Amino acid sequence: MQSLSNRAKKLEKKPMNFSERMYLPAIFQGLSITMRHFFKKKATIKYPEETRPMSAVWRGLHVLKRDEKGRERCTACGLCAVACPAEAITMVAGERKRGEENLYREEKYAISYEINMLRCIFCGLCEEACPKAAIFLQNDKVAPARYERDEFIYGKDRLVEPMPIQNL
Amino acid sequence: MVKITFDGIEVEVEEGTTILNAARKIGGEVVPPAMCYYTPLKGTGGKCRACMVRVAAGSAKDPRPMPKLVASCITPVQDGMVVENTTNPDVLAARKGVVEMLLINHPLDCPICDQAGECDLQNFAYEHGTSGTRYEEERRTFDKIDIGPLVQLHMTRCILCYRCVYTADQLTEKRVHGVLGRGDAAEIGTYVENIIDNEFSGNVIDVCPVGALTDKTFRFKNRVWFTKPVDAHRDCPTCSGKVVLWMRGNDVLRVTARKDEYNEVQEFICNTCRFDKKDANNWTIEGPRKIARTSVISANHYELPVLNVNVIPNLPGSTEEDLQSTPFNLGRQV
Repeated sequence: MQSLSNRAKKLEKKPMNFSERMYLPAIFQGLSITMRHFFKKKATIKYPEETRPMSAVWRGLHVLKRDEKGRERCTACGLCAVACPAEAITMVAGERKRGEENLYREEKYAISYEINMLRCIFCGLCEEACPKAAIFLQNDKVAPARYERDEFIYGKDRLVEPMPIQNL
Repeated sequence: MVKITFDGIEVEVEEGTTILNAARKIGGEVVPPAMCYYTPLKGTGGKCRACMVRVAAGSAKDPRPMPKLVASCITPVQDGMVVENTTNPDVLAARKGVVEMLLINHPLDCPICDQAGECDLQNFAYEHGTSGTRYEEERRTFDKIDIGPLVQLHMTRCILCYRCVYTADQLTEKRVHGVLGRGDAAEIGTYVENIIDNEFSGNVIDVCPVGALTDKTFRFKNRVWFTKPVDAHRDCPTCSGKVVLWMRGNDVLRVTARKDEYNEVQEFICNTCRFDKKDANNWTIEGPRKIARTSVISANHYELPVLNVNVIPNLPGSTEEDLQSTPFNLGRQV
């Protein structure tokens, strides 16, 4: 068959010369490349022990903040859930009872607040939508790998910021 | 019949019509917003000043402009009147001022408020206001009053539009709530801790343009935009029985009357329909309610795309039938 472009070159199979037939130079050439890589800077890190420095604007695991008096800021307004493009956030609102004023900031609060970390795409739109400055994406934490799917549904127990340690 | 020009659009209306209703006859973007005017209730209007317009020419006989902006909901039209609304920057500036005044004492607790998402004041402020506030003083607060097990009153959110007072006056026999006090101290209340228990009292929830009167049985249950509005009806001996069910899954979270495009209820419903029939089995469901695309209620509610548009003419009959039975033939014209 005639070539379409007329640029095809005919290859000739030459017989190998002596050094090529020994294969040794090629082996040493390959080994030297491997050896050179031993002394190069490594591209990988030992992850759980070492971590890479994160960008200041990195969007990682969510946190539900408390205010300066230790009350939960979230008022379950649902704006994060409606802003969420992955529909990862669900919540149930409840009315604050008498005597709980030190726990919740507003008269409405989230009884349950769940983020499905498998659905979440860490876009940060929830943080942008929040009118109460309650939800933030931390720049130093990543959702860790787990074995079961339901372990990725983060409830309030894992999302709410722990109470600040009181000065005794 | 008289002819007026509203924002450059000529419209012919009956004598005695208000400017606002003439604008509503045109419809669309030019209609001034209204917070206190409510068509089915007599005597409403003229309180919130949200609907102010400029009359550039009073009438054909006397074409002098009116000296000040007028409230369009209570000003009747005259033949040859020229009205400016969205075309006049003064009107828009005045409206911005009205938003600021209405929001002076408003707590802006929209994240907590159950009305958020279908609140007239929220829409009004969003469209005509500024995003910041200049107000630094303490906002007006009130002692909480319990006005019964069905209706929740949040006096701090009230803008004193008097709609609920007119509703109670004109729909029910004995009104127990009204506006107490004057000026800055004016508040909606039931003198001496009375309880609203009239059969039609729930309608004050629907007429309230803000979240001052909300449904206690829906209190903090869910956000409006997570519920799905569905038109439904039932045979009710006391009212028309035509309602909107706000559903989440198969649960009826809230029942309201049907509101038109200006958020006005034409057929009021009774308390039995509103508060007691919270089961989908009580209702005959007509279908999903049309919600404006701009509303937050239609956020994240996706509609099926229009597929299978007729591109090949004269398909054989059997192929047409096959296409009909596929689930994505909603927009198909056969």
